Amino acid sequence: MSQLIHNPKIEKFPSNEVMLDLIDLKKVYPTPKGDYVVLENLNLQIKKEEFITIIGHSGCGKTTMLSMMAGLNEISGGKISVLGSSIKGPGPDRGVIFQSPSLMPWLTTMENVMLGVKKVYPHATKKQKEDICKYYLHKVGMESSFYKRASEISQGEQQRVGIARAFAIKPKVLLLDEPFGMLDSLTRGQLQDVLIDVWNKEKITAVMITHDVDEAIFLADRVVMMTSGPKAKIGDVLPIEFERPRTRKAILEHDDYYKYRKHLIDFLEH
Amino acid sequence: MKDSIIRGIKFIGLGFLEPLIRLINKEEPKKNTKEVMRKIVAPIASVFIFIGLWQLGSSSLYNKEAAYKIEAATRNQGEEAAAKLKACMESGDSNCQPNTLPSPAQVYAAYQVLLEDHKQISADKKAFAEKTFEMNKKRVAQGKRAITYTGRPSFVDQIKTSLKTVFAGFLLALFIAVPIGIVLGLSKTLRGSINWIIQIFKPVSPVVWLLLVFMIVKTLTKNSDSDSSFIISFISVGLCSMWATLVNTAMGVSSVNTDYINVAKVLRLRPLQKIFKVILPASLPLIFTGLRITLSVAWMVLIAIELLAQSPGLGSFVWEEFQNGAMDSNSKIIVAMFVIGFIGFALDRIMLFIQNLVSFEKETI
Ligand SMILES: Nc1ncnc2c1ncn2[C@@H]1O[C@H](COP(=O)(O)OP(=O)(O)O)[C@@H](O)[C@H]1O
Ligand SMILES: [Mg+2]
Repeated sequence: MSQLIHNPKIEKFPSNEVMLDLIDLKKVYPTPKGDYVVLENLNLQIKKEEFITIIGHSGCGKTTMLSMMAGLNEISGGKISVLGSSIKGPGPDRGVIFQSPSLMPWLTTMENVMLGVKKVYPHATKKQKEDICKYYLHKVGMESSFYKRASEISQGEQQRVGIARAFAIKPKVLLLDEPFGMLDSLTRGQLQDVLIDVWNKEKITAVMITHDVDEAIFLADRVVMMTSGPKAKIGDVLPIEFERPRTRKAILEHDDYYKYRKHLIDFLEH
Repeated sequence: MKDSIIRGIKFIGLGFLEPLIRLINKEEPKKNTKEVMRKIVAPIASVFIFIGLWQLGSSSLYNKEAAYKIEAATRNQGEEAAAKLKACMESGDSNCQPNTLPSPAQVYAAYQVLLEDHKQISADKKAFAEKTFEMNKKRVAQGKRAITYTGRPSFVDQIKTSLKTVFAGFLLALFIAVPIGIVLGLSKTLRGSINWIIQIFKPVSPVVWLLLVFMIVKTLTKNSDSDSSFIISFISVGLCSMWATLVNTAMGVSSVNTDYINVAKVLRLRPLQKIFKVILPASLPLIFTGLRITLSVAWMVLIAIELLAQSPGLGSFVWEEFQNGAMDSNSKIIVAMFVIGFIGFALDRIMLFIQNLVSFEKETI
């Protein structure tokens, strides 16, 4: 019993239910010079409502792993299961936010969000569907641009709409591949707040790749570090035990912050 | 006001007038004067230089041809005949003009002759229609065929016929090439297996297409009285010009940004939804680039095809004038050349305008 109290993870996730389970995952890319084994023996369990960030050297296979979770990339060995059942291809239970906003530039922000909403709520009336879109666009601060074409708004705004689109389909898991990598640091901070805010309300599981150590610490319950490829696997996992809701200021002033930061940087530099 | 004018002229492809409008509004005089020089004055100057060079060239060709003719006359018919010929030439009589590149003034005169001729023929047609109106009504009531005007078509009529043919050909190309292009773009297997057809038929010359179409249409229209020369020429135009659209559509559809495809996959869009909501809009710019090339190729080959198919239009106009062989005919051919050029340019602008309307990307030129 006392063990339980000392383990903050268990306080936070009463069900302790495993959302995503990666078991002995392997990925091989055939190349002209023979097979290239990107990932091998990769094991990772992600719990329900957890926020995981993934860091690792460029080219180690982070995107490969995430796109396999999304079902967009074939699995060469091992398996990935969501709530106990193996995934077969992509699906709306796993929302994805890509590095580039990848909105359809010929559609309005509303129509972009609607694309997914239509799929997930096929029986709702037009009004209800529109309200759902508006709700999420409002959440990400895009309430004044429902009818603007995606090509007419800035990158940061596009990524906001991307977040709205991903959340609007009510996924169980949200997969994010360096979603803020292309934004300036001010916008990045704003969008981190937006993301955490919506994540908090929607109670979903999030897996996010980032190359920014501070971002990784600020957002995550656990930071997952990947070893360098080839045959990359999980090298280390660092639980971040700051209370939520977090503010940047409070975290920067916290003593543990530098401990965490040092841990991650030491890992990356070795 | 000013801004909306500028937006308007840019939209219709007359963006080069922008600095002039800004200058009239006294905006940044120095910069805009320079812009006006560069974008308006210099091009106009180039027009004058072009006409000047043409004038020089044609007069030197004229002198050469005239000297040759007089010399030949002297040699074959004696001094007297030569002097007569020279006098005739100087009088400007078109019967004895040397046959060479006409001067700008002659071309302009021919242009006016053609216009006058058109007015004449239009008036004739109208008179004919009025005269036969009652009779035709009766004939139709009796189940007979109405009498139609069978006189010579004017230059403007020829232009209209050519435009009709090129649009029919263009539409044919559109309805064949876009659907096939989409299917090819979607299926890698199909693309691979059909590629040889495209690669082999794309470079085939318009003349050969015409002959092929002729073989087929001749048999198919044996027992009908439809206008087979029109059918032959528009089908040939369509077949010659559709390849650019076919290739561009297939390329556009097959190379849609993988991010968009991934979004469609994650949202599990149904195949038709995926095609209409994602793939087609994404490939529209390339499809339109293809259509633009198709239209300009169609217009270019049309003249040659009309000329060979003996179907009415600018092509046969040029050919008939050429066989006529008079100096006046040469001028008319040059008029036709300019008309062909201007119409081709206008068609391209129209396509560009539509392309910019439907395209989500920045304006293309
Ligand atoms: N489709 C592919 N075919 C072959 N090799 C690939 C392919 N995609 C990625 N790779 C290789 O796999 C490795 C991991 O790539 P990626 O997952 O994109 O890395 P990261 O996102 O961590 O930077 C890289 O060396 C990359 O060159
Ligand atoms: Mg990557």
